[in-house]
Amino acid sequence: MATVETSETAVSAAEGEGVRRRDFINVAAVAFAGVGAVAVLPTLINQMNPSADVLAAATTEVDLSAIKPGQAIKAVFRSQPLFVRQLTPKEIAEADARPVASLRDPQSLEERTQPGKKQWLVTMGVCTHLGCVPLGAGEGEVRGEFGGYFCPCHGSSYDTAARIIKGPAPKNLEVPEYKFTSDTAILVG
Amino acid sequence: MSFPWAEQYTPVNPLMKWVDDRLPLPRFVYNAVGAGYAVPRNLNYWWNFGVLSGFALVLQLVTGIILAMHYGANAGVAFDSVEHIMRDVNGGWLLRYAHANGASFFFIVVYIHIFRGLFFGSYKAPREMVWLLGLVIFLLMMATAFMGYVLPWGQMSFWGAKVITGLFGAIPVVGEPIQTWLLGGFAPGNAALNRFFSLHYLLPFVIAAVVILHIWALHIPGSSNPTGVDVKGPQDTVPFHPYYTAKDGFGLGVFLIIYALVLFFGPNMLGHPDNYIPANPMSTPAHIVPEWYFWPFYAILRAFTFDFFFVPAKLLGVLAMFASILLLFVLPWLDTSPVRSGRYRPLFRKFFYLLLVDVAILGYCGGAPAAEPYVMISQIAAAYYFAHFLIILPIVSKIERPLPLPNSITEAVLGHEPAAVAAE
Ligand code: HEM
Ligand code: FES
Repeated sequence: MATVETSETAVSAAEGEGVRRRDFINVAAVAFAGVGAVAVLPTLINQMNPSADVLAAATTEVDLSAIKPGQAIKAVFRSQPLFVRQLTPKEIAEADARPVASLRDPQSLEERTQPGKKQWLVTMGVCTHLGCVPLGAGEGEVRGEFGGYFCPCHGSSYDTAARIIKGPAPKNLEVPEYKFTSDTAILVG
Repeated sequence: MSFPWAEQYTPVNPLMKWVDDRLPLPRFVYNAVGAGYAVPRNLNYWWNFGVLSGFALVLQLVTGIILAMHYGANAGVAFDSVEHIMRDVNGGWLLRYAHANGASFFFIVVYIHIFRGLFFGSYKAPREMVWLLGLVIFLLMMATAFMGYVLPWGQMSFWGAKVITGLFGAIPVVGEPIQTWLLGGFAPGNAALNRFFSLHYLLPFVIAAVVILHIWALHIPGSSNPTGVDVKGPQDTVPFHPYYTAKDGFGLGVFLIIYALVLFFGPNMLGHPDNYIPANPMSTPAHIVPEWYFWPFYAILRAFTFDFFFVPAKLLGVLAMFASILLLFVLPWLDTSPVRSGRYRPLFRKFFYLLLVDVAILGYCGGAPAAEPYVMISQIAAAYYFAHFLIILPIVSKIERPLPLPNSITEAVLGHEPAAVAAE
């Protein structure tokens, strides 16, 4: 190396400044190695993303026939809890009475349910703060100040439309994509 | 490094001479932790904690590698394999308790080591790089301990993983894809457990490498000392071996006694009972808490319960938590006082003790449920933490009138300058 450098300096001193063939080879070699390194990055990064088997288990069917008004169940969707709840008329009225503009994450109950199925509230059971499972779907669990769900981790309270009212969570409980396959069954995902 | 008067390596054993001529490793060790390293003569016991941290790292490496021989990194068997270690593997209970409590003791000695640096101004020139590398080690330790805690796949493991990766979900737009990417799924599962194990195995060796850099950087200027006064001559130093090997050896004995007491009489004292319940993605424990050594940071995270302008509370908490550590990276430039040691800084000293109390309060609140009055106390304590470094320290450095410094380390120890100095 040292000898090469000395001779280089000697040559460039002799030829004066300017781009030489050797500079070009230098840049080309480094650029080639650089492009090679960048080319393998996507593979190295993407291997961390969910694998095909995880993605394959990405839909869930839920039977609604056993859920009475006022009741909720926990199902599993993408290995996370899914809350399916049949609202009572009173709970629907409570949700509708809340002015949408006053909400942290403004959404009406209509926007969070399917047309004509306002009583079926399907949400993820994942608190939008840091991901705990809120209470309120299981038998006898507390539903918090606003009658919906209550997250025990850092105290987020959701209303009967599972919208965030109080506490650190920034968003309403997420409504996943789903469709009714019959009057008493849904397919989530 | 060496002061000119440090002892030179002269191998007595012919084999050592043969090795040293071909690979100067014996020389390197001699100059790093042997008689070739000249150290201020007045180091007190707070200076033991660097060596103790190094010991804790070795302890974790040894017990960890053994645990890995019996542990199964698969969500289906992880919990049972840890129970298998506890019940069936010969002496497995001891090794696992040694590792789990070893992590706690590692943090205890590192926290003392850090606060030693804060009090005696060890982060100041010319030792900034030592301080910065130390913080890198601290960050790596936190990552390692977090991933280690996930491995037993109990309820706290699972929910800890969920909450901590959820922190990344707070980042606008790219947050959720990042979280899914980190976990390799929509929630912690087999993919997450496997990668955490892989990294939990790797990172301690990265830590060991950074420790070497940390000590290398330290040995350029040499160790500071309780007076903070620079070494002026040979009368100010003694060789590391046998003086500090002996002193550190004594400290290690005390450390091991306390460690053994916890290990044999309260091995679950520092842990959470919920982690003996297998991970259940469908039910959150009533009260998720990280390990005690994360409590102060957890309190800062939870202190933000309201949005500020357009920044959501969740993101604020996450930013504040990271900022509370990143802030320490600029500390050498926030504290501009030329006096290093807190002993000669009466005003600084008072605020130092206040900071200690503040961090203890944060720690207490971080372990408490997320309810009043703890949230409000965390908010005040978190605000004070930032104020200490960003407002109080710079002002104190400007207005404080330090006490007179001793002329030299030797004068501080003996009360006068020995004749030797005059003779030089
Ligand atoms: C920086 C040093 C290290 C720290 C701070 C650390 C921390 C931890 C912690 C907190 C746990 C959970 C203990 C529990 O609750 O059971 C753990 C578990 C574990 N660690 Fe480490 N560790 C370190 C180094 C290592 C190394 C070098 C290995 C070798 C591969 C290792 C292997 C394991 C294994 C297999 C487990 C699961 C078994 C168990 O839960 O006891 N660790 N570690
Ligand atoms: S995770 Fe629900 S309030 Fe924090």
